[in-house]
Amino acid sequence: MRMTALIKRICQQMLRDKRTLALMFVAPLLILTLMYFLFNGNSVTPKLGVVGGDSSLVNAFKDAEIKVKEYEKVTKNTVVDDDLNGLLQLENGQMKLTLQNDDPSSAKGLQAKVNQTVSALAQSKLIQHNPALAGMIPKKIETNYIYGNKDTVFFDVLSPILVGFFVFFFVFIISGIGLLRERTTGTLERLLSTPIRRGEIVTAYLAGYGIFALIQTVIVVFYSITVLDIVLVGSIWNVLLINLLTALVALSLGILLSTFAASEFQMMQFIPIAVIPQVFFAGIFPLEGMANWLQMIAKVFPMYYTGDALKGVMYRGAGFSDISGDLIALVIFAAIFVVLNIFSLKKYRTL
Amino acid sequence: MDQTIKVEQVNKSFGKKPVLSDVNLTIPKGQLFGLIGPSGAGKTTLVKMIVGMEKSDTGSIHVLGEKMPNLSLLQEIGYMAQSDALYVELTGEENLKFFASLYKLSKGEQKKRIAYVANLVNLTDDLKKRVAAYSGGMKRRLSLAIALIQDPQILILDEPTVGIDPELKLSIWKEFLRLKNEEEKTIIVTTHVMDEAVKCDYVAMVRDGRILTSGTPSELKALYKTDDFDEVFLKAGVKQS
Repeated sequence: MRMTALIKRICQQMLRDKRTLALMFVAPLLILTLMYFLFNGNSVTPKLGVVGGDSSLVNAFKDAEIKVKEYEKVTKNTVVDDDLNGLLQLENGQMKLTLQNDDPSSAKGLQAKVNQTVSALAQSKLIQHNPALAGMIPKKIETNYIYGNKDTVFFDVLSPILVGFFVFFFVFIISGIGLLRERTTGTLERLLSTPIRRGEIVTAYLAGYGIFALIQTVIVVFYSITVLDIVLVGSIWNVLLINLLTALVALSLGILLSTFAASEFQMMQFIPIAVIPQVFFAGIFPLEGMANWLQMIAKVFPMYYTGDALKGVMYRGAGFSDISGDLIALVIFAAIFVVLNIFSLKKYRTL
Repeated sequence: MDQTIKVEQVNKSFGKKPVLSDVNLTIPKGQLFGLIGPSGAGKTTLVKMIVGMEKSDTGSIHVLGEKMPNLSLLQEIGYMAQSDALYVELTGEENLKFFASLYKLSKGEQKKRIAYVANLVNLTDDLKKRVAAYSGGMKRRLSLAIALIQDPQILILDEPTVGIDPELKLSIWKEFLRLKNEEEKTIIVTTHVMDEAVKCDYVAMVRDGRILTSGTPSELKALYKTDDFDEVFLKAGVKQS
């Protein structure tokens, strides 16, 4: 009954604070939508300058969706002056490609395209001269995809992680500041001068903010799947379960860290330490490529497990048994934080 | 069970700084006990120990015959801290209701007690307003009302009348005396205002974590041969050092 009173009070407070509610429920949707449009934008057609190329080469480039501009003569500054992504010079059978490289990933893309086009052209010329060779060269490579399809973009892989991260971030902030305010205004002390147990306070806090975390999770997940059309191969229940556990971890971690903050500003200072690194290890950057010691560190971040599980369910269609290891890890995190919370309240009262 | 509160040889220090040294107090049932001293004297630490929110390094504290800290005894202690400690997003009534349910009052009792304490501190008309819209004095009064909500046997009030206008202060003190006389409540009040000290049954003067002197106000005046209570305090301080 004491816990019900506390939960009721947390709900009353939250419902009165319209801005915080908006932050929790609307802000993740805004950011997700923004990211969706950012990552789904059409890629720009690269501009390539060509010196001394014949018409077959120019046409081949055009077929490969490269904008070609032909030059008679170029200087050192042509690439920059005409804002070309690259410049291909043919002299005495030699080819020289100059890349502007202001954006490394698009420069690499252009380089690959140029290579491909040139070698394909060379191949077809060879076959013209010697038709007997035609049978030796495969016509086309057929590509099959285990996960996703040829239209899969980075956002499809990124979005499951983002969904989990927003749940983590907003629940962390709101629950942490919620308990911090209780500490700074002295209401926590007053609470502890009543016959309530420390465990009851922590549990009630988890339940009270947990209700809002649950609502947020449901809104974010449904919005991503129905409105943004994010791929969801596996079960939505598994997605909700993962996010709910993530919210629980964020909740207990937020409450715990608020112990070490003297003000809202100091609580914000935990974001670069406790929240941002979570993103790095959530699977946005492939973990296999990291140094061994970094991989070890990744395993102490809850978001590592959330990211792994969400990517598994949403993108690869993993089932419950596939993600059970991740779920157990999240439960362990939450349990540790909850116990530490109960201990940290000892500062106020030993019972 | 004559002694409601018994504090024996309590010492406490924060780090190396001693806050309380060798404090002994005995407060019988139905006494209005005043703890008087300047800011930083250790009054708040002492009352927090009696509530069980601070642990003593040595010594013991018994309330109603039970050793503190004791969870079930908190039902019998109404505590009002120096800070108002209210939920400003909620209305006065919701604040009272929340604390009433922490003390496990039944619905009927809650209604009765809320009406009673609100009337006592003159907040009946403002109960539906959010605390954020309250004035400083109103917050203080609501805080006092919360301390009284579960009808405890013991009231521990840390500077209850700071920021309250003289008229209301007078009526609040009248209520303290009524609670003590008619309902036999034991009340501990900390204050640094001497005119409030005179109204107490028994006064302990605290400075630098020690009890300089204690007695009824008239005893103390006689002891230090003065009519002015401020002077008692000054003389007691001089005698110590």
